[in-house]
Amino acid sequence: MRKKGYFGQFGGQFVPELLMPALYELEEGFNTIGQSPEFKDELTDLLHNYAGRPTPLYFAKRLTEKTGGAKIVLKREDLNHTGSHKLNNCLGQVLLAHKMGKKNIIAETGAGQHGVATATVCALMGLNCQVYMGVEDIKRQQLNVLRMRLLGAEVTPVTSGTQTLKDATSEAMRAWISTVKHTQYVLGSVVGPHPFPLMVREFQSIIGREVREQITRFGLDEPDVIVACVGGGSNAIGIFFPFFHSNAELVGVEAGGYSERIGDNAASINYGKVGVFHGEKSYFLQDENGQIIPAHSVAAGLDYPGVGPEHAYYAESGRASYVTVTDAEAIAAFKLLSHTEGIIPALESAHAVAHAVKIAADMQKEKMVLINLSGRGDKDSQSLQTEEGRA
Amino acid sequence: MNRLEKHLREVKLRDEKAAIFFITAGDPSLKETFNIMLHLAENGADCIELGMPFSDPIADGPVIQRSTLRALKQNVRLEDILKLVQQFRKKSPAPVVVMGYYNPIIRYGVDRFIQDCVSSGIDGLIIADLPYEEGEDIEKICKENNTSLIYLLAPDIDPKRTRAIVRASSGFIYCVAHYSTTGTHKQNDDKVLPQTIKSLQDMTDLSVALGFGISSLEKAKELSRLADGIIIGSWLIQELESATDKAECAANFVNNVKAAINNHRGKLFSVKREC
Ligand SMILES: Cc1ncc(COP(=O)(O)O)c(C=O)c1O
Repeated sequence: MRKKGYFGQFGGQFVPELLMPALYELEEGFNTIGQSPEFKDELTDLLHNYAGRPTPLYFAKRLTEKTGGAKIVLKREDLNHTGSHKLNNCLGQVLLAHKMGKKNIIAETGAGQHGVATATVCALMGLNCQVYMGVEDIKRQQLNVLRMRLLGAEVTPVTSGTQTLKDATSEAMRAWISTVKHTQYVLGSVVGPHPFPLMVREFQSIIGREVREQITRFGLDEPDVIVACVGGGSNAIGIFFPFFHSNAELVGVEAGGYSERIGDNAASINYGKVGVFHGEKSYFLQDENGQIIPAHSVAAGLDYPGVGPEHAYYAESGRASYVTVTDAEAIAAFKLLSHTEGIIPALESAHAVAHAVKIAADMQKEKMVLINLSGRGDKDSQSLQTEEGRA
Repeated sequence: MNRLEKHLREVKLRDEKAAIFFITAGDPSLKETFNIMLHLAENGADCIELGMPFSDPIADGPVIQRSTLRALKQNVRLEDILKLVQQFRKKSPAPVVVMGYYNPIIRYGVDRFIQDCVSSGIDGLIIADLPYEEGEDIEKICKENNTSLIYLLAPDIDPKRTRAIVRASSGFIYCVAHYSTTGTHKQNDDKVLPQTIKSLQDMTDLSVALGFGISSLEKAKELSRLADGIIIGSWLIQELESATDKAECAANFVNNVKAAINNHRGKLFSVKREC
């Protein structure tokens, strides 16, 4: 067997030949340097003293009262440095690239959160950083573009295709093909070819590992339900994976957009079909000829027509379930959490909030629903206002 | 040995260099593609690489991306491409391989696609995002159907892996001149590239063709000297873009390239014409 990096039938390495040597080099680096005690100590130190981890596990009392059902608890990734879980992965990957002697880092970004996190760690380690971002996303995530530039990164506008995350990823892959010997591509989610899904999972699992310790405060080993939004799926895997062998019910929330119609949403598991794209075998939004269909979500970070292979596997095997939340529901949850708890969530995370509130209402008061609050919503406040103005 | 391998071997035995041309099926229309194919063949193309358009061609530079977009606007599907080659086969025996990305083939059905390729007269497949690691199953199907599966190879990679890929290859060896997307002009490594090709030629009887970024007759000449043949894509597509008579443009193009890389034009494929 030549293939590797599979979760059941999903995953693999479907990339142009020119990228294979780089994937081997990265895998080797991850398996040696990345597993060394020195690397792990340095990463842990950065996570604690630079990123500000562990992030709190917070009982949302007013939201729980308002919902009138199960206890709602938030894992506060919004309080991670740079404002989302994305930094966990970037600290890991950029530190690894640095140790492997790479001087140049490239990344794709949708919401700009992964771009900001990458630019941040590159600034910290003195590496060159170039971020590919769709023109459409540049428009709706202005604040993050400014932040990346302040951090010294070069933001390269992508004008091909739908000018969103899908196209930014394609362009970053093309750039990597041409610069592969001196450049490391830092992928922002548990997607793409092996070893990315595995590596990003390892770096994001800090979220779930912390929860395991923190939840004992409530006299529990595990929550009854864990809810996380799923774009590529990194914040979700980060909190699901450490609870894989537990009784906790795992629920991923995909972006339902305006409707179930293909092109109106970004729910690859719910509305897509199995295929191969951007290096992995998984579920993708596509037409009957196998052309990839542009996704839509009000949340730029969920606006991607595919999903990580491990989620495809969890979905197929039934370990996790995947539901959808529409744009309108997410916006309502965005406001709800802001008003009741004084926490402005990222629009991505608001998808998880919307579903959690829906199910918590029908659960007994002793039960607990845990939301992975993947990021904060400062970046969305402006575009939401424009959206409201239009309505 | 299928038609493609047989033909390339004849070229090599005649001490000539092979010229392989890439165009996108359906750019600007299927009818034009048909005409261009006939003129490429008639003027001595040793193989036509027919691009199957995909929404997100991650291995391609701007020229082929544009070409792909024009073809997608025509809603070109794999079914149409199979039909196109069927029509072409009634007129010409010139080898044809299809090149594309994996997802549309999966959607169509891998087994069914390869069988339909064979019955349409397609001699081989290149799948841009299917590296050796993932090719085991499709290799088997291709072998059963006497169809070539052509892998790409890059200079300067682990010799063990190179050997494994060469062993798994059929049709020809597609060696990429440098690390880039298609159509990028980059300086080749003067030392590494000749060594790579030499070692490939020592490993196999298949022809070794060099591609990526050939955009002038000088470059064509220079690279053809290193290998058994060359592959030209973006340059031809760029010429076709601005030509009003695209068939004539294709004919002249092939003639010029063939003249540049060989002292004489070599054996031409005669095309059956209605009288
Ligand atoms: C706050 C936040 N949450 C979630 C996501 C979605 O990514 P993933 O599914 O990999 O967690 C993003 C992506 O940009 C994000 O910024």
